[in-house]
Amino acid sequence: MKQTLQQVFHSGKFIVGFVIFMALLLLVIIYPLFIKDAPLAIIAQGSFFPPGTYVNIYDSINTTDIYTLNLQDAAANRISSKLSNDDREAMKEWLIGDGVPADQIDTSDTASLLDLWEKNYDPQKNIPGMIFAQKRYYQRLNDSVQGILSTEGEILAALNPETGTLEQIGTVNQSDYVNIDQVANVRVLPLGTDNFGRDVLTELVKAIEVSLEIGFVAGIVATLIGLTLGLLSGYIGGWVDDMIMFVTNLFTVIPSFVLLVLISFSIGQEQRGAVTIAIVIGLTSWVWTTRAVRSQVISLRNRDHVNLSKIAGHSIFHIILNDILPYIASYVVMALILQISSAILAEASLSILGLGPKTSVVPTLGLMMNWAMIYQAEILGKWWAYFPVIVAIALITFSMNLMNTGLDQVFNPALRD
Amino acid sequence: MKGYKKYFLNKLLWFVITLVAAVILNFILPRLMPGDPVAGIVARLAQGMSSSTGMKAVYEKYAELFGINKPLLTQFFLYVKNIFQGNFGSSFTQYPRPVLDIIKSSIWWTVCLQFPAIIVGWIIGNTLGAIAAYVKKGFDKVILPISILIGNLPAFGVAVILLVIFAVDLKWFPTSGGYGFDLIPTMSWQFVWSVIVHYQLPFWSIVLVAIGGQAIGMRSMSIYELNADYVKYARFMGIKDRKIVGYVFRNAMLPQVTGLALSIGTMVGGALVAEIIFSYPGLGYMLLQGILGQDYPLISAVTLIITLMVLIANFAIELIYGLIDPRIKAAQAE
Repeated sequence: MKQTLQQVFHSGKFIVGFVIFMALLLLVIIYPLFIKDAPLAIIAQGSFFPPGTYVNIYDSINTTDIYTLNLQDAAANRISSKLSNDDREAMKEWLIGDGVPADQIDTSDTASLLDLWEKNYDPQKNIPGMIFAQKRYYQRLNDSVQGILSTEGEILAALNPETGTLEQIGTVNQSDYVNIDQVANVRVLPLGTDNFGRDVLTELVKAIEVSLEIGFVAGIVATLIGLTLGLLSGYIGGWVDDMIMFVTNLFTVIPSFVLLVLISFSIGQEQRGAVTIAIVIGLTSWVWTTRAVRSQVISLRNRDHVNLSKIAGHSIFHIILNDILPYIASYVVMALILQISSAILAEASLSILGLGPKTSVVPTLGLMMNWAMIYQAEILGKWWAYFPVIVAIALITFSMNLMNTGLDQVFNPALRD
Repeated sequence: MKGYKKYFLNKLLWFVITLVAAVILNFILPRLMPGDPVAGIVARLAQGMSSSTGMKAVYEKYAELFGINKPLLTQFFLYVKNIFQGNFGSSFTQYPRPVLDIIKSSIWWTVCLQFPAIIVGWIIGNTLGAIAAYVKKGFDKVILPISILIGNLPAFGVAVILLVIFAVDLKWFPTSGGYGFDLIPTMSWQFVWSVIVHYQLPFWSIVLVAIGGQAIGMRSMSIYELNADYVKYARFMGIKDRKIVGYVFRNAMLPQVTGLALSIGTMVGGALVAEIIFSYPGLGYMLLQGILGQDYPLISAVTLIITLMVLIANFAIELIYGLIDPRIKAAQAE
């Protein structure tokens, strides 16, 4: 046993797969210790906030420590964040449409461009060939560039409860800074928020956990069924073998995907928990294990040590447990690993069809994918809603397949490079 | 010819048995669930319907279609009779359009998309796998990791990535549909071109997934064969390398053909999900529509048709296998 393990851990492929898998497992265990938010808590008002650090504006304004930093590029940064190159080109287009000669417009000179813009832009004016959406875009652009070249600070005002008038309580200068560590409320959203306004990273970690659980439950169910049927079929033979192989061959050809869809739909949305889905997946994917175990058992059945055990009068149960199982254990483990990864994929496919576990209880990788697809994250360019999910699924299956290949090479010397 | 005839009859019998089993499963699985299936369907269908006489009429219509008041065996024969008459009932979501009509309009999209894609993927995958096994060194070092990477991406993942890169970012291809939304299906050049353009992304996403899986299998099969004793013997005999390679890959191909027959169900399942990502108007998309609208007759019919397609494909592959497997040929010669 110890030697086998040593051999297994000498296989490079197995180690790489094992390390990736352990890293995912550690993430799932450690992350919730630090971030204690509920994974499905809706924190954002609105959908698909981009990844980044969110600093509370109220706290930043009311901070007691204001630092003045005189940075050379501050004004340029401010202008370029409000007026991108595309915006400049769009302005030029409008001005040309308005009749300003093209050689007078210099998009790289912000001051002169804005000067021209201010003089000529009229929100009511109709430029021929411009659709309504473009007109609205120019109105928004005009609002955003107002006061962009100003060097004055913004005035803070508060409502006086007695007179009902606004009174100045302070100013925010353009060179004022806060230290982000001193702002009371800062939230890092490394993967932004999803369509419902939930933190994608927290959700993703929980989803990996649930998907792995689904994989394990489904894998164990499938392996137990496959192992039992394979042992019976291979060892007993005769009509038992014929019966079991008949059923196995039937379910090999009839696509398990179709069975999954039919069963999940019949169970109904309300009864579909993560565990139910896992068991259903397990019940529809045992055929490969049965075939593999059966062929192994048939080759073992007439070995000397098994025959000796038979002569010694051991029971079938004893023979299977002591003389057969230890020899096929490695195959069963490999089959289990493959079952787990294919179960995780099956859950994801089902969820994309809208037949996954009940929503609103736990996230799974498939459900996250489903939500992102329903809200068209891929068309809207909200990569953080779906790409991490695909990467997570790929990492899980990749690590499992690597472990499987590694084990295969250890136990099956013909395959070694 | 005797050997092949026997083989053919054997496979035909097996095809009929699996077909019967599939029909039984399609019939029995939804009815195994506790409760009255028709009541459940009507409850879902009648959401927002206030008139109780209307609900009763709907209930009676489906009770008659399903024959739920009769014994299970009678119900089954009624079901089989309806299938043979092509009577799958009316769709709930597109009422009163018959389900048969929806299936007819979507099945060719799926057939024309999936089977060419799976076959092309299989051929490219096997070629790459064989080359990787034979050349080894540089080529193998590139092909193997890429195949493993793609083989591990889920089918919908490949579809989404292709969609984002080529349709959303580069705008080379449209993001969804089977043809331009502003066109009416006719045999005009414009329409055909639109269909071809819409075909590319779903097609290549299925091909890519198939390549990944097949290349790995073919590579290890070929390595196994290349190290076999008959290859060494042939080398000692001085037979040309080119000729040996021909033998080796023909032997390595056979398990790959069986592998295709066994995995075609899984491949079709993955491809259906890829169809959904591209909103391609095939069976996968119809299945999604059915599930979203709790449209039981549509789901039941689509699953049955998909099973039928997979079984036929499987049968066809088995027949081809019989033609190319030398062992069955040898039996024919006797």
